[in-house]
Amino acid sequence: MNELREIVGSVLLIVGGVFFFAGTLGLLRFPDVYTRLHALTKADNLGLGFVILGLAVQAGTWAVALKLLLIWPLALAASAGVSYAIARRAAVLNIPAWQKGDDPA
Amino acid sequence: MNSLEGVLALFLLLNLLAALFRAARGPTTADRMLAALLFGTTGVGILLLLAYAGRSGDSVLVNTTLIDVALILALLAAIAGIAFARRAWRDESEK
Repeated sequence: MNELREIVGSVLLIVGGVFFFAGTLGLLRFPDVYTRLHALTKADNLGLGFVILGLAVQAGTWAVALKLLLIWPLALAASAGVSYAIARRAAVLNIPAWQKGDDPA
Repeated sequence: MNSLEGVLALFLLLNLLAALFRAARGPTTADRMLAALLFGTTGVGILLLLAYAGRSGDSVLVNTTLIDVALILALLAAIAGIAFARRAWRDESEK
């Protein structure tokens, strides 16, 4: 049982690391604010989610696992709210969205 | 047995270093803020991994202090992002 938990937890941790990497890559490579927001929320929601799941699976006690799993809804709500606020503000300030053929900003 | 957590924390730290390029280049203020938000989330991930990296075989011995710190960091990153979008981000052509 402990072996199984260790393996499942490790796989989830690695998947989370992949999503964090994808988010960072998107933040560096995507051409405008709106697409970069999209990349950032991948790291926020899925990357952190998988890392927390992987750690919670390996947690020895329910108290630690529950505490870990409380961080995720907080991060979800925060990233949704912040992304909405930034995208809306960018639209109000008339920051142009990238079109096909434009140079990346 | 717990080396995976340490390696992954180091990997996330390298991700943060790469994201510093975006914070440096901009071009808009929002891009720099997005890098700061990524720092917040990745910082939470690193702290959680470090809380586990220190345990020695016995899986009960998790450093719960670092988990509390991660919770606070998630909260502060959210507040920083909202404060930026609602108050701090002015029209860049006005500057």
